[in-house]
Amino acid sequence: MSEQEKKEPILDKRSSRRTFIKNSGLTVGGIVLGGALGSLLGKDSTTETHVHSEATASNANVALMYFTPNQYRITEAAAERIFPADDNGPGAKELLVAYYIDHQLASGWGTGAKEYTTGPFFPAESTQGFQSSLNRQQIFEIGLNAFENHSLKTYEKSFTELSEDEQIAILTDFSEGKVELKGMTSTYFFNLFRSTTIEGVYADPLYGGNKDMEGWKMKNFPGHQMSYVDIIEKEEFVKLEPMALNSQHNH
Amino acid sequence: MVKTLQKTDVVLVGVGWTGGILAAELTKKGYKVVGLERGKERKTEDFLMGHDELRYAQRFEMMQDLSKETITFRNNEKMRALPMRQYGSFLLGDGLGGSGSHWNGMTFRFLPYDFQIKTLTEERYGKNKIPQNMTIQDWGITYDELEPYFDKFEMMAGISGEENPLGGPRSNPYPTKPMLAPLPAKMFIESSKNLGLNPIMIPSANLSESYTNPDGISRAACQYCGFCEKFGCEYGAKADPVVTVIPVARQTGNLEVRTHSNVVEILHEGNKATGVRYIDTQTGEEFIQPADVVAITSYVLNNTRLLLTSKMGKPYDPKTRTGVIGKNYAYQNEGGNTAGFFDDKEFNLFAGTGALGACIDDFNGDNFDHTSLNFIHGANIAMSLTGNRPIANNSVRPGTPSWGKEFKAESLKYANRNLYIYAQGGSMPYAHHFLDLDPTYKDQFGNPLLRITFDWEEQDRKMNEFMGGQTSKIMKEMGATDLVTYSERGTYDIVPYQSTHNTGGVIMGDNPETSALNSYLQMWDFENVFVPGASAFPHNSGYNPTGTVGALSYRAAEGIDKYLKNGGSLV
Ligand SMILES: Cc1cc2nc3c(=O)[nH]c(=O)nc-3n(C[C@H](O)[C@H](O)[C@H](O)COP(=O)(O)OP(=O)(O)OC[C@H]3O[C@@H](n4cnc5c(N)ncnc54)[C@H](O)[C@@H]3O)c2cc1C
Ligand code: SF4
Repeated sequence: MSEQEKKEPILDKRSSRRTFIKNSGLTVGGIVLGGALGSLLGKDSTTETHVHSEATASNANVALMYFTPNQYRITEAAAERIFPADDNGPGAKELLVAYYIDHQLASGWGTGAKEYTTGPFFPAESTQGFQSSLNRQQIFEIGLNAFENHSLKTYEKSFTELSEDEQIAILTDFSEGKVELKGMTSTYFFNLFRSTTIEGVYADPLYGGNKDMEGWKMKNFPGHQMSYVDIIEKEEFVKLEPMALNSQHNH
Repeated sequence: MVKTLQKTDVVLVGVGWTGGILAAELTKKGYKVVGLERGKERKTEDFLMGHDELRYAQRFEMMQDLSKETITFRNNEKMRALPMRQYGSFLLGDGLGGSGSHWNGMTFRFLPYDFQIKTLTEERYGKNKIPQNMTIQDWGITYDELEPYFDKFEMMAGISGEENPLGGPRSNPYPTKPMLAPLPAKMFIESSKNLGLNPIMIPSANLSESYTNPDGISRAACQYCGFCEKFGCEYGAKADPVVTVIPVARQTGNLEVRTHSNVVEILHEGNKATGVRYIDTQTGEEFIQPADVVAITSYVLNNTRLLLTSKMGKPYDPKTRTGVIGKNYAYQNEGGNTAGFFDDKEFNLFAGTGALGACIDDFNGDNFDHTSLNFIHGANIAMSLTGNRPIANNSVRPGTPSWGKEFKAESLKYANRNLYIYAQGGSMPYAHHFLDLDPTYKDQFGNPLLRITFDWEEQDRKMNEFMGGQTSKIMKEMGATDLVTYSERGTYDIVPYQSTHNTGGVIMGDNPETSALNSYLQMWDFENVFVPGASAFPHNSGYNPTGTVGALSYRAAEGIDKYLKNGGSLV
């Protein structure tokens, strides 16, 4: 399996990929594929693509509302560096955090629907908070592009093709404000990316991340429970099976 | 075209805690009350599926929509004020119940010292103790005069608590017993006792046991569900106007609540208001609601803004230090906090309530000697257990990176092993901290936004340093493996959440030259306008405000009744 395909869960099954190719009306001969289809299929279109699990395969939420496939891949790779898989449990990738981020950007939060977006816009003191005319969709577009461009400039490789250490070095440059971005500092984008990743790890699974409540399980957080009256005075730690909000709905 | 409606006895601008209390008290007396609330109707059952950290705590489901209205902010007059585009330092309530639906419920009474702060400070330390530009003044009412109203508020809300040896005298014990104490609260209590301090459980509006209040309203006990502050309570256990005062008012048949009704102007002639002009935010229709009494109950910031945009009262001028509307804006000096990390313990930190925890008042108000200290007043020092929800709580020891492998491992390890002791300090007013209208930025209707000019002072820095010493002592005594104290106080920054305890702007006092309201919260300049809220505080104490806001609202309700009977200025 190529490195590219490991990071490419968009098309979870070969069948869906085949259908896509068929429906797109393009032939996949021995000829070099250009454009979108080429990058979508990766280098070796005959190998098996990565399938997360049974649950993912049947999870209708695992699809994109806002990102382009490429933006999705960069997000998934960068989020995994913020919250990596380790002995404690899954990382951002397996928790489906990139889908969470995609879905959030598609929402009113992505366009700043409940924020004051009226001008004029002036440079601000740091104590005055966010003062740009950019909304989060635009911020992510600029920021993800910059992850990619900074990787190409530094390592002559795409961000998703970098080694772990190289990805960490790129993200560190962003966090330290070392990269020039349009309309914001790279630290601003990094912090937003970081906090959105953390949200995707721990928000109720209804939002698309925190797959199977694995984020909560690692943290011993029981999610949504009706009452803690019986344990509030207990001196020992009480471990509970977490519950998500869908436990309140009957299907 | 503006439509003029039938006159009512009292019109309320906003139906949160202050509006709700006025509604209950005045409708019980037979007055017709119209409550205009810009947000939507709310019911307990709305929160049945509400344990959603992202929706309520991160995306502020219950708060005012900032795209329609916000404030602008600068640290000082040399800066250009800019709009608060996203939520940060404080949150603004919206909808029936206001912030009273999603508050924590920590319910304190300000100290006797607070109400006579200027007199008592000068008596004990001499006139020089108060810096030249610190504009503290007495409130025009004493603790003893306000005590019966504190009692009324606590009985209505069913506050759960225990006698505070360092608080003002009480006519009655708390109506319900203190909340159950989780292990960290027990540790805090034991450790502060070891240090010779006087700990109590935090007085709580979350109800330790089921309770029926004097209005006959019964509520169930709190379930310690951990989704409390910034959330509504699905049990009706948390005292919220929607489950306490508003149903009482509705039962009388004398309250009409109109939601989606945004008041844009107080109308007036001579020394009287004639009513208010409001807009139905769903249809855009405009109405005039005439009334004998106008009560401005729209929270501190809009209370001040509406008076300024309606050209009522004399606006405060920081250069001449004359005028009153916008004067003495203050906040909450929360600083000198200590985080502790416990390697050998794992607490059930996911459980909790908005007002659960323990605290001390040994270093609050003038409960300690300030002779050799460079600040006045002090802080309530507390450890609260509000339920550590996982997006917001990722505490790691200092020096740990904020992302990556080490961050993940450490934030998971300490998720249920970190405790926090904080000092909620009083905030003194200064001549150059004030509220006025922004010259540039407008709300959805084209009216100017309120502009806040505020910063921390030497007083705040010195207080934080002192409190840092106290909070770290207690945390050490509690046996933390590692601890870190945050005593640094830079400039006031509107980005991180601090507290929704804004105060001042329409302050009370005993003199029309230096205050906007008399001790009934009646405007000196407009005898039929009452403005209850923390906007009436001439300074902020080392406590959450609502216990005192509630008491003042009961006092205002009594004032309105007197006014409707006899007319004229009540003082
Ligand atoms: C997250 C949070 C936690 C808190 N925790 C505590 C605590 O533990 N202890 C404590 O003492 N205090 C706490 N507070 C503060 C407490 O909620 C307030 O002190 C209290 O609600 C103030 O009552 P009020 O009536 O002045 O304002 P609100 O209760 O906010 O009510 C004002 C109402 O007026 C409406 N309104 C505003 N402008 C207009 C207009 N132009 N036209 C029509 N309607 C309008 C608003 O929509 C709102 O419903 C907390 C606040 C927040 C946000
Ligand atoms: S903690 Fe208690 S008062 Fe707060 S929402 Fe839960 S049950 Fe209600």
